[in-house]
Amino acid sequence: MRYLYYPGCSAEATGKAYDISTRALMAKLGVELIELDDWNCCGATSYFSVRELDSFAIAARNLSIAQAQGDEDLVAICNACYTTLSKTNRYMAESDEVFKAVNGALGVVGRSYDGKKPVRHIMDVLINDVGLDAVADKVTRRLTGVKVAPYYGCQYSRPMGTFDDTEFPTTMDSLFKALGAEVVDYPSKLKCCGGLMMMTKEEGALRMCHELLKTAADKNADVIVAACPLCEMNLEAYQPRVNSTFGTNFKIPVMYFTQLAGLAFGVEPKKLAIDLQLVSCDDVLAAIPA
Amino acid sequence: MAEEKIGVYICHCGTNIGGKVDVEEVTKWAATQPNVAVAREYKYMCSDPGQDLIKNDIKELGITRAVVAACSPTMHEPTFRKAASDGGLNPYLLQMANIREHCSWVTIDPVAATAKAKRILSAQIHRLPLNEPLEPIEVPVNHDVLVVGGGIAGIEAALKLSATGKHVTLVERNPSIGGHMAMFDKTFPTLDCAACILTPKMSALGKDPNITLMAYSEVEYVEGYVGNFTVKVRKKARYVNTDICTGCGACQEACVVRKVKSEFDQGLGFRSAIYIPFAQAVPLRATIDPAKCLTLSKGKCKQQTCVSACGPGAIDFEQKDEVVELDVGAIIMATGFELWDAAQETRYGYGRLDNVITSLEFERISNASGPTGGEIVCKNGEAPKSVVILHCVGSRDQNYQEFCSRVCCMYSLKFSHLIKEHLPETEVYELYIDMRCFGKNYEEFYRRLMDEGVNFVRGRAAEVTDVALSPDEEGRLVVKTEDTLLGIVRRIPADMVILSAGLSPAHDAKEVSQIFGFGCSANGFYLERHPKLEPVATVTDGIFIAGCCQYPKDIPDTVAQAGAAAAGVLGLVDNDTVKVEPTISYIDPEKCSGCHICVGLCPHNAIQYNEEKNAAEVIEAACKGCGVCVSACGSNVPQQRGYLDVQIFAEIEGALAV
Amino acid sequence: MSDNGFEPRLIGFLCRWCSYNGADLAGTARLKYPPNMVPIKTNCSGRVEPTHIMKAFADGADGVIIAGCHPGDCHYINGNYRTAGRYPLMEKLLEQLGLEHGRVRLEWVSAAEGDKFARVVGEFTEEIRALGPLGWSEQFKDEAAAVAPEAVTA
Ligand SMILES: Cc1cc2nc3c(=O)[nH]c(=O)nc-3n(C[C@H](O)[C@H](O)[C@H](O)COP(=O)(O)OP(=O)(O)OC[C@H]3O[C@@H](n4cnc5c(N)ncnc54)[C@H](O)[C@@H]3O)c2cc1C
Ligand code: FES
Repeated sequence: MRYLYYPGCSAEATGKAYDISTRALMAKLGVELIELDDWNCCGATSYFSVRELDSFAIAARNLSIAQAQGDEDLVAICNACYTTLSKTNRYMAESDEVFKAVNGALGVVGRSYDGKKPVRHIMDVLINDVGLDAVADKVTRRLTGVKVAPYYGCQYSRPMGTFDDTEFPTTMDSLFKALGAEVVDYPSKLKCCGGLMMMTKEEGALRMCHELLKTAADKNADVIVAACPLCEMNLEAYQPRVNSTFGTNFKIPVMYFTQLAGLAFGVEPKKLAIDLQLVSCDDVLAAIPA
Repeated sequence: MAEEKIGVYICHCGTNIGGKVDVEEVTKWAATQPNVAVAREYKYMCSDPGQDLIKNDIKELGITRAVVAACSPTMHEPTFRKAASDGGLNPYLLQMANIREHCSWVTIDPVAATAKAKRILSAQIHRLPLNEPLEPIEVPVNHDVLVVGGGIAGIEAALKLSATGKHVTLVERNPSIGGHMAMFDKTFPTLDCAACILTPKMSALGKDPNITLMAYSEVEYVEGYVGNFTVKVRKKARYVNTDICTGCGACQEACVVRKVKSEFDQGLGFRSAIYIPFAQAVPLRATIDPAKCLTLSKGKCKQQTCVSACGPGAIDFEQKDEVVELDVGAIIMATGFELWDAAQETRYGYGRLDNVITSLEFERISNASGPTGGEIVCKNGEAPKSVVILHCVGSRDQNYQEFCSRVCCMYSLKFSHLIKEHLPETEVYELYIDMRCFGKNYEEFYRRLMDEGVNFVRGRAAEVTDVALSPDEEGRLVVKTEDTLLGIVRRIPADMVILSAGLSPAHDAKEVSQIFGFGCSANGFYLERHPKLEPVATVTDGIFIAGCCQYPKDIPDTVAQAGAAAAGVLGLVDNDTVKVEPTISYIDPEKCSGCHICVGLCPHNAIQYNEEKNAAEVIEAACKGCGVCVSACGSNVPQQRGYLDVQIFAEIEGALAV
Repeated sequence: MSDNGFEPRLIGFLCRWCSYNGADLAGTARLKYPPNMVPIKTNCSGRVEPTHIMKAFADGADGVIIAGCHPGDCHYINGNYRTAGRYPLMEKLLEQLGLEHGRVRLEWVSAAEGDKFARVVGEFTEEIRALGPLGWSEQFKDEAAAVAPEAVTA
């Protein structure tokens, strides 16, 4: 199994651990990831909120490079990258105007794009290409007894819902069940984490994080797993500020799902960059049976 | 070919055709076409003066062929053929050219529409000289009727027909008739008790000497045509001899398998493996569920308590399905609807969150004979302090069913009323998109509910969750919605959430319609022959539809349709004969080489091989006129009246001549 | 889309039960589609013969559609299965006669699919427009003229 791999900007900064753990996990599962050449920002958030067309053009540059680089599907790890890249394909297919504008922009840098490069989420690859049976087969340290709250975030399945139910996804639940964990019913799994509002209207974003953390705590989760660098950062790095604002005392470990899954396959914590987490994951590590 | 005199009659249809097609120009042009003796235009050709134009020309100008360029032949071909016949011309010497549905209504450019109208007309002008006079075939009519589906629609239609002395067979799939209405406690807007108005009809039907009730049965096969259908009905084995079962119910009390979810109670109550679905069931007879009965499923029920409990000894584990063949003249389909599967709308948590229930479940909960004895309670047995009713679940939703299910607003109001009546202190919220209270006394009922203190919130629920954000929400459900009138987002705590799910076509509506040979609309309900003028007929002569199988509707409309369908049937089976189209095939034995190809291809087994003549032969009464034999024959021997090769060729020529 | 100014001439064989009614529904719903196709009604799509198609081409058609009920929906039980079975053979025959692929099209259009009918005619018109004129009728005229010149002068 081979894929073109699009790490995304956060993978070089706040989301480093996501990138590192993804590479380690996939290597362990025998999935080859070839990093996309000369990739750029996917065009998410700031662009598409302000000038959508620009964001399509930015995304399309990556897609056009991917098309030239190989026949493999392009895999993204960040929910926002995944959504923006796939959305670009969809809009280009549905609107002549977008198609022409995007190709006009690409033309300036000597590129063109037909809108047809398949874009996949890393979870889609795990569940549908590797397959849950194969995953369960390869587990070396079952996560027995670890209570996991799977947090999907806004853009995992919405708006397209290509590989999971749009409004109530369950793939991450299935993955961790296959890895032996006890998946808690986490009804806030799709609630927004506040996203970039943390920069502009912090009190609002904190309220949203508070709801997510409170539900996880109410359900006695040992760890929240996330599939997006921004979600992960809000939930983890802002815990102290949530605590001071709401008078709570949360200290819930938040991990990338690739980190926790990696542990189940026996990858060393260091190789999964677990030491980069801000809230200590020691309890989680200790809870996994040897 | 003798010189023919064709009359051409072009209709403006008000502005429907005339507003797009230059009728004057087409008329002038038509007058110049081969064999055309006269070409006329008229505002409304289907009106009496319009038809008179044709009749007069036949008499006065000696017209020998006529073509009417107007609407679709499905609309008015019978009208004009009758006019021709009244004027003394064989009706099959008149053709229609469809320049409305196929031309003026679908074309943007008037010049192009005019040109297309000429081509469509030209095809018929070229064909007409080759038309032969034909006589409709008169066939005998069987006076018996089949009704499929025993909901209120089927019951009503069967009773109406029986009252005229016709014999009716009613086939119902479930062990009892009654359909959805039998599950309700009250009916909107009058709030009369559903059982009080339905049960008498059910039992009247059960006793009616003119009605044969075949419950727990399904139609497997239909053959034939108007006036003469042959139907095969599978009577599923009940494993109970219904001739001697008295419906006493002792067996279900005695059965050791007692925790089977009752279909009738929407899974909220239980039944035994041998059961009578509800107390007023018709026929009041027990049925064994073969999947749950230990004897039938595993071959090991030691006690066989039902056998010993049954006084008359009606239980028969050896019973087999039986296939019964019936001959009927007409059929009414009344197979109803199914509730939309609310689990698909994952945001609302049906099947995941306790106390999120469907409307049908609420019907059972509020029903005095239901699983809670009519007590409106949550799963824990406590009365809800707050109930939220979500409208349009699965309806008016581009993700699911785009259409409006028509009854959900009203039954939701009914629910509010029932809750307020039982639990005056309980807060009730209705989350609606629009209130659609269209029927007689419906709007008044809505007013009344506002006065009863129900909270109406205009907004579609975003989500139902059990995540509490305030002490008031702890341990309860919370409905999140935008209140679009106040322009705010609300969180409404609730102890019970009712999903007013839409009405869907039966899951097998498509397959059933194929068995009977008529189609479904794009939304999956049975397709009526004409949306306005033939709402209870289908494209297949002799088969009618009534009730929710055609489209969601309330009980008054269902009953009205059932009456209409019964009247339609009566107009047919009250006669001794019916005329069918003569467009069937014939084979000239002199030309047939006897290769047998057509014999095997005929879908209706209407071709047999005559050993003596060494030729294939069409059985006229069985041929339905598909023309498959005509196109299959290597030597072009079979020909189809009305669709002769030369006629089709001439149409092609004509269409391409302009 | 090709704007070559060519207006193709199309013939559409519509079965009376599904496709003809589907075309009627397109009308009742006032959907708009190009005016290039003239419909010819048969009882069942199974009535349509290769000779009908060839006649259409010989008389100047640039494209032909055969439309019938969806599989399973044929008013005559299985007439459309005969159509479906015969169609590939006919395509092959037409190919051998030198007809380029795409000038004949088989479609299932139900009585409820007015939108599909309009779409199919629209698409087909554009496809044939792009293919350009077939010109068999001209060719036949020329050939006929070569054999019997008086036939054309008469
Ligand atoms: C929750 C709810 C509440 C409602 N409340 C009201 C109300 O208060 N007032 C009102 O006017 N309307 C109400 N309605 C609408 C009402 O239910 C319908 O108008 C009515 O039931 C339609 O009757 P029907 O006979 O067409 O269909 P159904 O009641 O669905 O009956 C169809 C019957 O056909 C049988 N059947 C199906 N397929 C086959 C087959 N292939 N072969 C043999 N048998 C078959 C079924 O088993 C069933 O018995 C309500 C609807 C719902 C969902
Ligand atoms: S009747 Fe439509 S294809 Fe046979």
